[in-house]
Amino acid sequence: MENHNSHSPSHDSHGSMKSYVIGFVLSIILTIIPIAIVMNDMLSKQLTIIVILIMAGLQFVVQLFFFMHLKDEAKPRYNTMALVFGLIILLTVVAGSIWIMSYNVVG
Amino acid sequence: MFQNLIDFLLNDFFITGDPLILGAQVSIGLSMVAVVFALTYFKKWRWLWTEWLTTVDHKRIGIMYIIASILMLFRGGVDALLMRVQLAVPQVEFLHADHYNAIFTTHGVIMILFMAMPLMFGLFNIVVPLQIGARDVAYPFLNSLSFWMFFFGAMLFNVSFVIGGSPDAGWLAYPPLSELSGSPGLGQDFYIWGIQISGIGSLATGINFVVTILKMRAPGMKLMKMPMFVWSVLSSCITIMFAFPILTVTLFLLFIDRYFGAHFFTLDGGGNPMMYINLIWMWGHPEVYIVILPAFGIFSEIVSAFSKKKLFGYKSMVFALMSISFFSFFTWAHHFFTMGSGANVNAFFAVTTMLIAIPTGVKVFNWLFTMFRGKLTFPTPMLWTIAFIPCFVVGGMTGVMLSVAPADFQFHNSYFLIAHFHQVLIGGVVFGYFAGLYYWWPKMFGFKLHEGLGKWAFWLWNIGFYVCFMPQYALGLMGMTRRFNEYNFDMGWQPLNVVSTVGAFIMGLAFLFQVWQIAHSIKFYKKEPTGDSWDGRTLEWSIPSPAPLYNFARVPVVDSEDAWWEEKQRLANGGKPKPLAPLEPIHMPKNSAIPFLISVSFFVMGFGFVWDWKWMIIPGAIGVAICMLARSFSYDTDYYIPVDEIERTEAALGGTK
Ligand code: HEM
Ligand SMILES: [Cu+2]
Repeated sequence: MENHNSHSPSHDSHGSMKSYVIGFVLSIILTIIPIAIVMNDMLSKQLTIIVILIMAGLQFVVQLFFFMHLKDEAKPRYNTMALVFGLIILLTVVAGSIWIMSYNVVG
Repeated sequence: MFQNLIDFLLNDFFITGDPLILGAQVSIGLSMVAVVFALTYFKKWRWLWTEWLTTVDHKRIGIMYIIASILMLFRGGVDALLMRVQLAVPQVEFLHADHYNAIFTTHGVIMILFMAMPLMFGLFNIVVPLQIGARDVAYPFLNSLSFWMFFFGAMLFNVSFVIGGSPDAGWLAYPPLSELSGSPGLGQDFYIWGIQISGIGSLATGINFVVTILKMRAPGMKLMKMPMFVWSVLSSCITIMFAFPILTVTLFLLFIDRYFGAHFFTLDGGGNPMMYINLIWMWGHPEVYIVILPAFGIFSEIVSAFSKKKLFGYKSMVFALMSISFFSFFTWAHHFFTMGSGANVNAFFAVTTMLIAIPTGVKVFNWLFTMFRGKLTFPTPMLWTIAFIPCFVVGGMTGVMLSVAPADFQFHNSYFLIAHFHQVLIGGVVFGYFAGLYYWWPKMFGFKLHEGLGKWAFWLWNIGFYVCFMPQYALGLMGMTRRFNEYNFDMGWQPLNVVSTVGAFIMGLAFLFQVWQIAHSIKFYKKEPTGDSWDGRTLEWSIPSPAPLYNFARVPVVDSEDAWWEEKQRLANGGKPKPLAPLEPIHMPKNSAIPFLISVSFFVMGFGFVWDWKWMIIPGAIGVAICMLARSFSYDTDYYIPVDEIERTEAALGGTK
């Protein structure tokens, strides 16, 4: 991993045209589904929210694999580690806030 | 028209009517004139621009960080002394309530965000690349951007006290007080924009150093062979990467509340101010560990260098640092035990808080065992380290007392709390960075600071510290709460407050001694004969002081922890010098004006937002966009230093290495 000659750590492979196109199409599909559901009032309010959340989660995964090249990272997998840690913190922020704030509901 | 402008300037723009502030305005004006005059008279404008404002050299950026942070220490210190004077004579209205509120707010923000953080970044910049055998950080351009974003963010915050009005809702700006309804003035907007702009810089520095440490180490330097300071920087920067976004989002929500009339943190409209308190401490608690972890690293370096021994328990130290940066994310609710979140929440966070004291304790034992049977010497860096240990132990113990949730209902927001965090922040962070500053000063400038004056400063700081803060523990237990400027004589608090104020002035005197020490050492400049001022152990001591532009003429090859020490031992035991590899051209980044310009644009935009002047916001935003575009299309960003130039530089430095 030593990289003392060049100043910005060099980028590894950048993925192929094919993977970019697949990623692009997938992310568009994942965007259109919730829009269609909301615009046409297709589901109940609760179900709509759930679908939007699921689509957002999938969108996140698509971005990571097709544009951020998470899976073809060389070892040691620092990006993956950072991502896992980030998810833990995210979970803590959301779940912790809900837990703490559930005692402070106003009105 | 003209009359309107004058009215506006005198009534709204400049703060008028307070003699203290008038004095400050006059002295700021005069010193600005003096600086411009001096630069023009000595024809230094071009030098300032090419050598400093546009530099991407980590060593120079580090020096600029340190200068800025010492100026901020001065301003924060003056704030502190003003508050102490008021508290010693509460019957006299030296600072009226509004002014007092503004001062404790700016004191807190400045000391943590604009003094501790930049001083820490300064040391990162100066030391990390040299310790890992690199020629610069991973992203030198970004590094310069970080500095200027910090600098202009800090300026935007500081300007509020002469223009527009200081924020006065506390250093963490709890709503509803910090909402438009509670703080209709501009101070709170200066607060938001100043911190947001400098926060971008902090986040970028965090990322930059994580990448630098992971990717730019000299060949052979495995992770487990890195100097301990580098580990501490890594743990601190990882914490920055995950904590600062929380701050940015929280303040952004507050901005939306204030600027667009949303209701995230207002009770009417379905929001909840408690949510802000919850969110801000998710950053706030990790932040206190962000600033203390590098101090732990500095102490580790110094203890081992002045005991002439390897650091005791290297692995446990690494483990302690990394686990602190992880666990620091799970204790935040100890800052609002009294909010009423119920026994389960409080019990959980009390336990996590107590747990985090364990790795801290481990480190204390490691330092003690490193000194045990070592060949100890006590120059100033070591003195600060020795003074830190007992001080921090007491500060940590009072922290554990605070973490007992039921007891905290008594301690919370009393002077007991104030004494706790000043003990860990002064006795830990400030002492630690001072130790680092004294230790690496010769590496930065090529001469040592005068020891005698340094010892005076050291003793005055320590005596002043205890005289100032020990009485505050007692005052807290006697019921004195934080953040008010007056109390009744029959409370019986005055004697201890007077003692405390005396202590504060002793620390002020200690600061003057340090200024004198620096001035004296420059006047009687004595060049260090070698680059290895302290018979050091790590790579930064293997090159001349100050280090040449490219740091290492040849990239060092490392095969042990304390690489430079081992090499010296090998040579002393009759080992042969390693054959020198031929010099090669060195790849270096070019200077760039963009970081400076983009930060100026951010400043203009932020200032515009504070006053809600579209005519100023838009040009600022356009400036930012143009700078970004210009950067995207500049390809000519690096160059090579040819071999003959390296040879000339090395010969001039007297290095045969
Ligand atoms: C042994 C480790 C520590 C423990 C158990 C601990 C515990 C606590 C607790 C429980 C509080 C909240 C008390 C209250 O508001 O009533 C607190 C406040 C605070 N601590 Fe610590 N602490 C520790 C170390 C540190 C360190 C290392 C720093 C900074 C370098 C620090 C800085 C602060 C600050 C700034 C506050 C108060 C902020 C405010 O309310 O404005 N603490 N600590
Ligand atoms: Cu805390």
